[in-house]
Amino acid sequence: MQQPNKLTPFFENLNFERDDNTMVINFGPQHPSAHGQLRLMLELDGEQVVKAYPDIGYLHRGIEKMAENMTYNEFLPTTDRLDYIASTSNNYAYALAVEKLIGLEVPRRAQVIRTMLLEVNRLLSHLFFIATHALDVGAMSVFLYAFREREFGMDLMEDYCGARLTHSAVRIGGVPLDLPDGWMINLRKWCDGVEYELKHTYNALLEKNRIWKMRLENVGVITPEDALSWGCTGPMLRGSGIAYDIRKEEPYELYSELDFDIPVADTNDSYGRYRLYMAEMLESTKILRQLVIMYDDTEPQLMAHAPAYISAPKEEIMTQNYSLMQHFVLVTQGMRPPKGEVYVPTESPKGELGFYIKSEGEPYAYRLKCRAPSFFHTGLLQEILVGTYIADVVTIIGSTNIVFGEVDR
Amino acid sequence: MRKYTPKDSVQAKAYYTDRFHVVPSVPTQDVSTDEVFAKQLEVLSSKVDIKSAYIQIEQMRVEIDHKDNFKAIEILKNECGYAMMSEMSAVDYLAQDGEFEVFYQLLNLEERKRVRVVCRIPQGLAIESIVPLYKSANFAERELFDMFGLVVNNHPFLKRILMPDDWEGHPLLKTYPLHGDEFASWYEVDKIFGKEAREAIGPENRDPAKIDRYDTKRFSRVGREVPFGADISEGEPDTPIEYSQTLLVDYNASQTQLKDRK
Amino acid sequence: MAQHQVNYASAGGLPVALTTVDHLLNWGRSNSLWPLTYGLACCAIEMMASGDSRYDFDRFGTIFRASPRQADVMILAGTLSKKHAEFARRLYDQMTEPKWVISMGSCANTGGMFNTYATVQGVDRIIPVDIYLPGCAPRPETLQYALMMLQTKIRRESANMKKNTKQNLRLL
Repeated sequence: MQQPNKLTPFFENLNFERDDNTMVINFGPQHPSAHGQLRLMLELDGEQVVKAYPDIGYLHRGIEKMAENMTYNEFLPTTDRLDYIASTSNNYAYALAVEKLIGLEVPRRAQVIRTMLLEVNRLLSHLFFIATHALDVGAMSVFLYAFREREFGMDLMEDYCGARLTHSAVRIGGVPLDLPDGWMINLRKWCDGVEYELKHTYNALLEKNRIWKMRLENVGVITPEDALSWGCTGPMLRGSGIAYDIRKEEPYELYSELDFDIPVADTNDSYGRYRLYMAEMLESTKILRQLVIMYDDTEPQLMAHAPAYISAPKEEIMTQNYSLMQHFVLVTQGMRPPKGEVYVPTESPKGELGFYIKSEGEPYAYRLKCRAPSFFHTGLLQEILVGTYIADVVTIIGSTNIVFGEVDR
Repeated sequence: MRKYTPKDSVQAKAYYTDRFHVVPSVPTQDVSTDEVFAKQLEVLSSKVDIKSAYIQIEQMRVEIDHKDNFKAIEILKNECGYAMMSEMSAVDYLAQDGEFEVFYQLLNLEERKRVRVVCRIPQGLAIESIVPLYKSANFAERELFDMFGLVVNNHPFLKRILMPDDWEGHPLLKTYPLHGDEFASWYEVDKIFGKEAREAIGPENRDPAKIDRYDTKRFSRVGREVPFGADISEGEPDTPIEYSQTLLVDYNASQTQLKDRK
Repeated sequence: MAQHQVNYASAGGLPVALTTVDHLLNWGRSNSLWPLTYGLACCAIEMMASGDSRYDFDRFGTIFRASPRQADVMILAGTLSKKHAEFARRLYDQMTEPKWVISMGSCANTGGMFNTYATVQGVDRIIPVDIYLPGCAPRPETLQYALMMLQTKIRRESANMKKNTKQNLRLL
């Protein structure tokens, strides 16, 4: 056994020498297909997993503690780093929770823009899922194709807010900017492109691909009972045959006015989930096309009018004394939402993303809890990995679509 | 006289509050305003003592005794159709009341209703695990234990989850500073190089605005490289930067958790 | 009769290049830098993006390796938490000399916006860093620029690594 000393520190805290015939394998925390910093301790009997123990926390950054020490507006950019593949959905979930807490009504145009951004982010996240999942399973070309589509989507986000990854594109009370010129045309083009590529390229590469089917079918089976009990949400829940989408069931923003379907897969396995993601992307393009039409008959107001909580528009701050005073107080002291608590669920690309905020009437949240879907999906791993073969472990981790920014927070 | 800083909560405070400022409250509704919630509350109140119940922002909030948490959630699951536990955690009220407020966020998928079961538990007591009801509580309760030090009874595998196993302190307590205590600030150095390397590596820089323009150990100007650690100040004294008191972090001044360690 | 004779004076000089061993070795090293995929957080997504079809990292001779034993450069992309720090140092120790480190993103440089109890305030506390790449998250172009800076740095160095004045952390 390696002797620990200053030059070669011995970090292992695992007992590999065991009495029974099982073997312990350490997977991660730095593994190219662990989707981040997942560490799995797998107990193997031959090639079969006997016991799986996910060890998380390697990306714990203290975001909830930060929320307690930051004013509400200061904290908003931090939410970008939760689910960093679809940043706007986190911004939105947080902004919605604060808006519910203070009882704000967001202007119509801001609602349209927010819903658009949410759906663009859903597409970005799902494309990323297809890319990395295929890469994990061994289909490298899909990664290259899907990232091409994703880059065009990133260009759209960049056109709107200036950032590729960490958008901060939503503010509490609305959105900061109107859509730039020609954005809608690019959006339409992108939607057409994604739809075409989905139907032709990805389907042709994966849908009936023999190896892809062999590696995904009947792998990672989650029964509906398990899915409910483990708190699975989003595609993981719908992949088990339970049609529960928060956009449809507890509609927020404009989703009650939009016409879209909720795809459900009842095969409960990874292949069903993969097809579900593909179907959801098509639904997202459908939603985006409807929103483009909705945008045209809206008033140009972008931020809600609530002087106690939200700064006035820039022109008013520059010209009117009272607006300037309000702005000064809000910037230096921060807004003070009323005393109370709120939990708002939203349907992020990964599942139910909710923020629980406990406010004591101070400019700092007394407690903020982020309900991250990936956290509960990681918990599920300790059950569904048992009994599978070691080669399927990567497939199952890939199909749960976990992001460690929000698992560990 | 020095300004008094409370030791039981190191959370950031508003530096100025108008003395006429009245804290408003989020409006609450009576449970009878919602049929579904009223019916469920009736079922629940026939078996469990309910301390308070109201509807706030579309969700029912039921406060119960901490000894009844398993029973109440079991009733809600089996008789009221709350099939999923979407979230659970705690809020630290140790400074005010010496209690934790534990909340369980439940979801009924058929009726699209969400209820929050809340219970208060004094410090030092352990709460009953609800893993037999919802497996999603497995990770959530471990996180609760990790972040607050609140022990959960009958949990299958109660162990730290987010922080390392050998970590000291529970980060989400109000007594735990945002920048960590002394143990936290040297954790990685102690673990990798040993305590004797502390001096060579130096303390953490917690000031994001710190600039050292004569630093040749970390930075080099491209095209004008100098040997490692060379003095490039050319006799010019380094201008000391004076920071405002609010930015300085003194680990020894913030309350360390030394007394809990024994 | 075919003309076999090559006129060296007009065809770009003699097929002989005179150089130093330093120059040759550094030329080889700098043009085939194989980074270790050390994706930690958000920046890892941009690191993946720089490896994909649009930005195409392979042009620089960089091919991502999953094993530290095959890698020359460690691109630390993202927040390094205190729980993870020992593993980062361990993987760094497993890399063979010569090795370089690019610290990608504000979190890796200084801790960035995560000025909390759980993050390492700059990976240079545990690993000697060659290139600091600012940004949150840095764009793929920026990562490519950082890699080009590292190539410049390697070309200026002595091929004998012992001669280079490395940070004191390497000796620890």
